[in-house]
Amino acid sequence: MMNKIWLALLLIGFGAAALTGKVEATTSGALDAAKAAIELTLTLAGVMALWMGIMKIAEQSGLMEGLARLLRPVIGFLFPTVPPDHPAVGAIVMNLSANILGLGAAATPLGLKAMEGLQELNPEKDEASEAMCTFLALNTSSFTLIPGTVIALRAAAGSQSPSSIVGATLVASVGAFGVGITVDWLFRRMARLRR
Amino acid sequence: MILFTLGAVATDAGGLLQTLSVWAIPAMLAAIPLWGAIRGVKVYETFIEGAEEGLQLAIKILPFLIGMMVALAVFREGGAMEVAARLLSPVTKPLGFPPEILPLIIVRPLSGAGAMAVVTDLLKLHGPDSFLGHLASVLMGSTDTTFYVLTVYFGAVGIRRTRYAASVGLIADAAGFVFGLLACNWFFR
Repeated sequence: MMNKIWLALLLIGFGAAALTGKVEATTSGALDAAKAAIELTLTLAGVMALWMGIMKIAEQSGLMEGLARLLRPVIGFLFPTVPPDHPAVGAIVMNLSANILGLGAAATPLGLKAMEGLQELNPEKDEASEAMCTFLALNTSSFTLIPGTVIALRAAAGSQSPSSIVGATLVASVGAFGVGITVDWLFRRMARLRR
Repeated sequence: MILFTLGAVATDAGGLLQTLSVWAIPAMLAAIPLWGAIRGVKVYETFIEGAEEGLQLAIKILPFLIGMMVALAVFREGGAMEVAARLLSPVTKPLGFPPEILPLIIVRPLSGAGAMAVVTDLLKLHGPDSFLGHLASVLMGSTDTTFYVLTVYFGAVGIRRTRYAASVGLIADAAGFVFGLLACNWFFR
């Protein structure tokens, strides 16, 4: 899919340039963009290193485990088909905690572990179970307390106040999260009625 | 009277969230190392370890940034962006979406690094503290790479029939875009 989008951007872009007679401006724009990407990465690397350094301390100090303990009661409510003492539950709460704290790198392996646990409970091995769909809904609409990467991007772009978007992002992602959970519940009800 | 109270509550909540925005980073920079030290973590060495990962990540996304930023520059400089914006304006105008944000909406569910490149491009072009810069940042932060997550998670355990999972993810992304726009209109207009 990304292959097609990328190719389309280039082809349509140069096609339009040919029609508007802006071929030279387009070429120099493309070369400037490549240069800008390198310059940006240098600034970005600094902020990202700072951010990930701090988050590594958070990870090592057991912040994730603490949050996981708080989240555990919610899991039974979200995953009625998963027994509360199943190992998948532990992986699910840790994955959610990592996502909420913005620890993307830690979230993926935990998420894969959760999927393995859910697959054990899944009666049809090549079809997604209800619990898997809910877990994916949590992950695809996952909300993050502090959007570290976006703050790093803004700082690299020279923002006066890189973190000014934290409040608005929280509002938007809580909204998206609520919709994700609700739609998952609705689809599950509809699928059950159809069977 | 009720409206007045609601308005006051809304402004209060807005003020609170704005304060949170300003203090979030300094609080984390101080509180997390302090908490780590209390819990017996070797804070400096751990920081260095994480910082190294951060550097590697920045290098890893560089090829994505170059590829996407060049393609977007070609699309924009040749005049194709203007045409696309005009064609889509009957859809984007009633919703209140600036047409410049469209590439982000298309790329976001597919590629995280690609979306970062689109956001960077918008921040560079319009300024990170403009309305468009704020909107791009909020939309990036409140949505996810749905197709990537689906591919990796389902692929890892061999699920072929994914049922309604993709629909739920995309609806949540769409909701993120709408709520993001509403939140930006509330905070930054």
